[in-house]
Amino acid sequence: MTLAVDRSTVVKEAAYRMRHHVLDMGEVQGQGYVGQALGVAEMLAVVYRDVLRYRADDPDWADRDRFLLSTGHYAIALYSALAEAGIVPVEELQTYGADDSRLPMSGMASYTPGMEISGGSLGHGLTVAVGMALGLRLQGNGARVLDFLSDGELDEGSTWEAAMGATHHRLGNLIAMVDMNALQADGRTEGVLSIEPAHEKWAAAGWFTQRVDGNDADALLAAFDAISAEPVGTPSVILCDTRIGRGVPLLETREKAHFMRIDEHEWAICREQLTAGGVA
Amino acid sequence: MTGTIEPTAPKRLTTSAMIASFADPGQRTSSAPFGHALADLADRDGRVVGLTADLGKYTDMHVFAEAHPDRFFQMGMAEQLLFGAAAGMAEVGLVPFASTYSVFAARRAYDFLCLDAAEPNLNVNIVGGLPGLTTGYGPSHQATEDMAIFRGMPNLTIVDPCDSVDIAAAVPQLAACEGPTYLRLLRGKVPTVLDEYDYTFQLGRAAVLRGGSDVVLVSSGLMTMRALQAADRLAAHHVDVAVVHTPTIKPFDAETVLRELDTDRLAVTLENHTVVGGLFETVASHVVRAGLGRAVVPIGLPDEFLAAGALPTLHDRYGLSTDKVVEQVLASL
Repeated sequence: MTLAVDRSTVVKEAAYRMRHHVLDMGEVQGQGYVGQALGVAEMLAVVYRDVLRYRADDPDWADRDRFLLSTGHYAIALYSALAEAGIVPVEELQTYGADDSRLPMSGMASYTPGMEISGGSLGHGLTVAVGMALGLRLQGNGARVLDFLSDGELDEGSTWEAAMGATHHRLGNLIAMVDMNALQADGRTEGVLSIEPAHEKWAAAGWFTQRVDGNDADALLAAFDAISAEPVGTPSVILCDTRIGRGVPLLETREKAHFMRIDEHEWAICREQLTAGGVA
Repeated sequence: MTGTIEPTAPKRLTTSAMIASFADPGQRTSSAPFGHALADLADRDGRVVGLTADLGKYTDMHVFAEAHPDRFFQMGMAEQLLFGAAAGMAEVGLVPFASTYSVFAARRAYDFLCLDAAEPNLNVNIVGGLPGLTTGYGPSHQATEDMAIFRGMPNLTIVDPCDSVDIAAAVPQLAACEGPTYLRLLRGKVPTVLDEYDYTFQLGRAAVLRGGSDVVLVSSGLMTMRALQAADRLAAHHVDVAVVHTPTIKPFDAETVLRELDTDRLAVTLENHTVVGGLFETVASHVVRAGLGRAVVPIGLPDEFLAAGALPTLHDRYGLSTDKVVEQVLASL
């Protein structure tokens, strides 16, 4: 079990550093999707430190696993992970959202190394992921495709078109991660459009479905470990319940907002609270 | 529209089948030229794959599916998935041709084509059946405004072929074209017309099919076939008619077309599409930019939702039949 402990520590330490990156980027712009990015730090840390096969110095390596950020507005979160992965230099994070930066506010593939698609028009990622998974399998490439989406994207019919297509084509090389942060642009997910019972819906669509605490690194590692590596088989989804603002009590307890406002003097408080909490 | 139908009435034209052929009686045709061209291309190019959204049999994709079953992907009646997945396949280096009806590609899946295929400039080839007025099923199936919708999409190449000759030549060129393309598919028994002319389809090029001193017809798609027929008929009226075929709508070969329009001849555009946002407005915009200061007469579908019915009836009613083209040209002289 020492190996598992090591993996867990690696992921937790990475998530801690990534949260600092998020605050640093958020302060540059004075705003942003900081709450969501803090909430998904463990999800992305597990992906980039434990699951994904990639080469930091060759982001276009043909045999890499593909990570698709369907939620383009989570770009700040992915940039923190790309920095942690060594694909984007940490010092470049200071250019977040600036004119001519490689790190625009909404993720775009043509701007950023390691950004596979331009998400943001929600409900697209899983359809593209299905095509990639079909294509890679046809080519005999053993790479896997991970699509990261949010619970709000379960409103989109295209997500369910793709869910059915993945099952029909037996895409065992496809994994979806859903950030179940229970919040959408207009308010709480349950008030915008009910998506529960989400687990049953994915299972009914034919997916190997797990639901975990998305801020629990060990639970996430165990969930990935439970997924078969067979390219022809059942697609897998991990529904990850996350807490917006996780790691920064000031933001965890603030009234939830899709686009969180943080006053100038609060950034230092956020950073102090994150540091005081240490590695979760 | 009231009254009873006479049970003893003579044989009448009826609401056409969804995929009725628009070939004239006795006209030479080729069967499923798109499907055969794609299958042949796939024999030579291992990157080529085919997808459809429950319309394989109706877009001639079934020919490819039978020839290359391992490279054919049925995506179900799910057009957003169809084109998102096609983009994903292109992302990993494949060359997908994805077919559905034009109405569903243009109206239903636009966002997916725009952001997943066109913005990253991927080699996704959209194959749209029933373009313009090629079905009698009414507005649910008549893609009368598909080119108007698609022309605003950056990076997208738009091809409106005339016949089986155009289609067979276009398929490999579309695959070789780096970015996304849209083919206005003619399917089933497709007329074979252009092999009688000194002409070869070249992506991005217009071609003068015949010269004439009185009128110049600029046409695309099946309307080039009608333009050629009309030109023959007008000769009997002592009207000498030139025909310029513009199978690539975008990028448009303005140089060739403007050279033909920079004369005193009557200029007419012919398109199987609404007169809004298609060939006529493409030509008109180039005429204005070049400062030619001349009139251009549009022959095309009206800016309205069209009726259901038999294709010959509808082509006559909305001005696309050869008879109506001849009438409109004579009235404009």
